Parts: sequence; structure tokens; C-alpha cells
Amino acid sequence: MRLFGLLALALAAGPAAQPAGPPGTGPVAYGQAAADSMPSPPPAPSVTGLAARDVRDDAGGAIELSWELVPGVTADSLLVSRSADGGTWETVAFLPGAEVVFTDEGLEDGVEYSYTVTSLLGGAASQPAGPVSAVPSAQWLHSKRTGMLIILVLLSGVIFWFIDQGRKGRKLYIREIAGLSAVDDAVGRATEMGRSVLYIPGIMGMDDIQTIASMIILGRVAGKTAEYGADLQVPVCNSVVMSVGQEIVKEAYLAAGRPDSYRRDNVFYLTDDQFGYAAGVDGIMVRQRPAAIFMLGTFYAESLILAETGKSVGAIQIAGTAMPSQLPFFIAACDYTLIGEELFAASAYLSREPKLLGSLKGQDAAKLIIMLVIVVGVLAASIGTWWAPAASLADFLRRILHVE
Amino acid sequence: MNWEILGIWLGALLTLSLYSFLYRDNPFYKFTEHLFVGMSAGYWVIYNIFNVLRPNLWDRLTGAGEAGPDLWMIIPAVFGVFMILRLVPKVASLSRFALAMIVGTGAGLSLVTTLQTNALAQVEGTILSVTGGGLSEFLDSFLLVAGVVCGLVYFFFSKAHRGVIGGAAGIGITILMIAFGASFGYTVMARISLLIGQAQFLLFRWLPTIPLFRGLAG
Repeated sequence: MRLFGLLALALAAGPAAQPAGPPGTGPVAYGQAAADSMPSPPPAPSVTGLAARDVRDDAGGAIELSWELVPGVTADSLLVSRSADGGTWETVAFLPGAEVVFTDEGLEDGVEYSYTVTSLLGGAASQPAGPVSAVPSAQWLHSKRTGMLIILVLLSGVIFWFIDQGRKGRKLYIREIAGLSAVDDAVGRATEMGRSVLYIPGIMGMDDIQTIASMIILGRVAGKTAEYGADLQVPVCNSVVMSVGQEIVKEAYLAAGRPDSYRRDNVFYLTDDQFGYAAGVDGIMVRQRPAAIFMLGTFYAESLILAETGKSVGAIQIAGTAMPSQLPFFIAACDYTLIGEELFAASAYLSREPKLLGSLKGQDAAKLIIMLVIVVGVLAASIGTWWAPAASLADFLRRILHVE
Repeated sequence: MNWEILGIWLGALLTLSLYSFLYRDNPFYKFTEHLFVGMSAGYWVIYNIFNVLRPNLWDRLTGAGEAGPDLWMIIPAVFGVFMILRLVPKVASLSRFALAMIVGTGAGLSLVTTLQTNALAQVEGTILSVTGGGLSEFLDSFLLVAGVVCGLVYFFFSKAHRGVIGGAAGIGITILMIAFGASFGYTVMARISLLIGQAQFLLFRWLPTIPLFRGLAG
């Protein structure tokens, strides 16, 4: 029966937009419709303390409503109504009776919106709570990410300092990374064998940091293939990656003084589909039998399929990814594997450019700071079990590292 | 015609054609591979038009629906045109503006999320007390902290892996390899379950339909 009552109310209400009622009697027609069919006055609302406020730290267009439930009274449903001009009201939400918060989205910034909340109790609509008003707006800075901003600025400062040092000619030492030292050998081997070099830049787009790192390494590999006169094949699964890849390979061939050897079609699109791409690359591997295969970028379940096929055709394989779940497969099936951070270090290592080396040294400094924070934090947390000030220090460190 | 049976047979034959690659490259695999690549490429073109280009650009630009035209959308539209102009060699270099925007935005956005999830959250989770529990809790926490610090030492590129640093890096890479081994086994098990699922399809859905075809032929 309660359901029928609600349906009757809804039918009586008609379309979502309703004319306004006088303030205090409720702007929603539900209450009026209920009053027409029932002799008793509308019940009191089941909510109290209705408040509206702009949602903080957002891109704008949202207002959050909050209220409290009247003890001992729980409505069947709550009806949230909105008005932008104070004249026309529309229903924007139909919520469970126990709800205490609602966020209205898709609003226009700078416009004042008014809200009421009507309780539906036993088939009758209550007097509306409200109206309350708020103006949505966007915030340029996320106040709860200030810690992140400070950390980023500090780390960036360290990196820029090292870049500056590199530019001034300071010798920046980088230890040997086996997988990267083998890049030139792999391209040389392909040249000697008269076979191609296959470069697979992962399956993600250019908004992925690993793909960006992979593109930088592609430039180095393309430079070597141009120098040695080896054939380079780059199948990709993203149209933007294809465009970027073509530009990078073209630049590398120009820089090597071999623009005539550059063929745009050597960087080609297969498909966006993960396993369609894997099937296509497998076909290229078994038919062209490349002598060297590079798999650098973001990989998912196709990693083992590609690495196993590459191994079966006898290619020297250099892989690298920061995907922890795929690294074991590359380690098992490839000759060299760049693990996580090594992939990002590759561009600096291969090019030896002071700017990139400075950046890498800056990252090392950041790692040193992180190690220091961990050691201090763990000591403080451990000592803090019997000495409160140390526990406070550990809490402070956790707080500045915590990001909403 | 029973479309369901036709679908089952199509799925089974394409599955077997793909599995034939385990023996060697052959015309069946080639056909299925080209079918897969071609169909999926076509599918993604249509998907991107209707789920990316139209709602994110066209509808906003033209003001489809309740909202009015969003003229800011002209900027990405122009970048999109620049990308298409790659097909015209004389003005192909215009696409570099769009590519620079994509790469720059991608790197900038990734910077925050990568630092947050891969660095700060991990460091926060590592700041824990190694005391206050029993021996097993101590060993557990100590191993976690030592593993993280030694792992970081392995990825420290400014010093050669010799002496104390070499020892710590050795511990770090050993812990990493143990983790990779566990991950390998776990993932292989998941892949085996996928294989079992496909084998079940062949055994319990495709094989029972064979007598139907034999009946038709007879």
C-alpha cells in the first residue's frame, strides 16, 4: 500500500519541474498533492539541520547537501528539490530515508542554487526542510594535496640543481646497467645476421609514463639501426604512439645522417586490441625472425606470449617494464630485463646527455631522501612504542606523506 | 539455421586455429591472426568514434543535449585536425603540436599519480614499528623494512654495486627475485584457469554439437 501511495504521489506530481509554492509551505507539489487527498496536515520532516555548501577541492559544478535525521523518525524516502532562480523547482534526487548526504553535480559555477528536502512518510509528503542555498565554484589548488606539492617542488628543485651541475660540466657517474649496455650489441648482431630489429613499445598510449620512456629509448635504438644500416620494425597498438614513434625514428635517422633509409611504414599500427596485437606481433616474429627484439614499455597479459615467441625464434631479447606482475615473465624468457626504475634511467644512460644524467642523479637524491625518511620513520615508530615524542614524529612523517 | 551452434563452431575452429601456432606457423593461424587483427582494429575505430570522439568532442562542440555549445572544444578539435593532417606531407609537421600536447599532458598527469601511488603511499606504509609484538611480528616487519631499503639501494644508480652498497643491493635484488617467483607462480595459475575455461568450451559446448552435424551429413 505504501508503494501505491508513493506511486500516486508521483503521478500527481506530474513532470519533474514544478511551480514554486510559497516559502515555508514547500516548493514541491508532492506535499500539496498529498494534502489534497488527506485531511490531516503534512507531517514534520524527518530531517533537520539541512545545510548546503560548495564541494571543496573540486573542478566546480557540485554542491554538497548534508542533514541529520530526527531521532526516532525514519522516512521511507527523501526527495531533494532544486531551484536555480527561486521560482521553478525540480526534483533532482529520490534517496533512501536513512541517507544523510547528497552531492548534486553538473551545475553551473557562479549560480546560486537553492535546495529543499522533503520526507515521504507512510505515503504522505512532509513539510520540506530548507530551503538552503550555495554557489558552486572550482578551486585551482587541492588543499589536501599541499604536502604533495611541497614534496614535488623539493624533488624538482633537487633534479634541476643536478641538471644545472651536468650542464656546467660536472662529471656525473652512473653505474653500469647490463640490459642497456647490451642495446648496441643487439643491434649489431641483427646487422651482422642481416635480420631486422623488432621494437615493441608496450600496449599503452602516450599518456603513460612507461610509453614515454620507451619512446626515448626507441630514438636511441633507431639511431643505432640507422648507423648500422639494420632494418627496424615498430608495430604499435595505439595511433598516437604510432605518430610519436614515426617522428622519433625520423629524427633519429636524420641525426644519424641517414634520412634516405627512413621508412615511415616501418612504424605501423596493428590494432588497439590487446590480444589481437599480441597475435599480430607473434606473426611478425615467426615470419620475419628478427635477430633482436626490444620490449620496453607497459605490458600486461601479452608479455609472456610475446617473450616466449621471441625466444622461440632465437632472437636476443631486451625487455623492460615497471609492471611488477609482468616482470617475472620477462626475466624468465628474455636475455636482459630492465626492472622498473631501470627503464626510466635508460634514456639518460644511453644518451649520456648532461641534462638527462642530471635528472637521473636528482632522482637518486630523491631515493636517498626516501630511504632516510623510512629509516627515521621506522626508528621513530619503534621507539615510539615506549616514548611518545618519537611516536609523534612517526605520525608527522606519515601525515606529510599521506595524500588524499 | 541455428545461429548458436554456428557461433560455437566458429569459436571452436578459430580457437583450434590459434592453438595450431603451438606446432608452428601455418595458414590456419595466419588466417585467424589476420581476422583477429583486422576485426579488432575495425571495432576500435568504431568504438573510438562513438565513445570518445562523439561524446567528448562533437556533442560538446555542437551543444547536443541540454548544454549549449562549448566553444573551448575548438582547441582540441584543432589539435585533432592537426593529427589528421599527418596524411598531407606538406603540413604533416603541424601534428607535432598535438603530439607535444599529448606527451606533455600525459607526463604531467602521470607525475602526480606515479609519485603518489608508487612512492609516497609505499613509504607511508613502510613507516611501522618493528617492536611491540612477538618474534614473528618483529621478523615480519624487519624483513619488510630491510627489503624496501635494500630494494631502493639496488635502484640507486649513482654508486657502483661494490662493498656495503653492493651487499645491500644484492639483498634487494634477491628479495625482488623471490617476489617475482611468487608472482610468476600466481599468474601462471591464473593463466591455467583461462586455458581450462577454453578447454571446457571445446569439450562441453563444441564436442556435443558434432553428432548434430554428422546427423545432417548422414
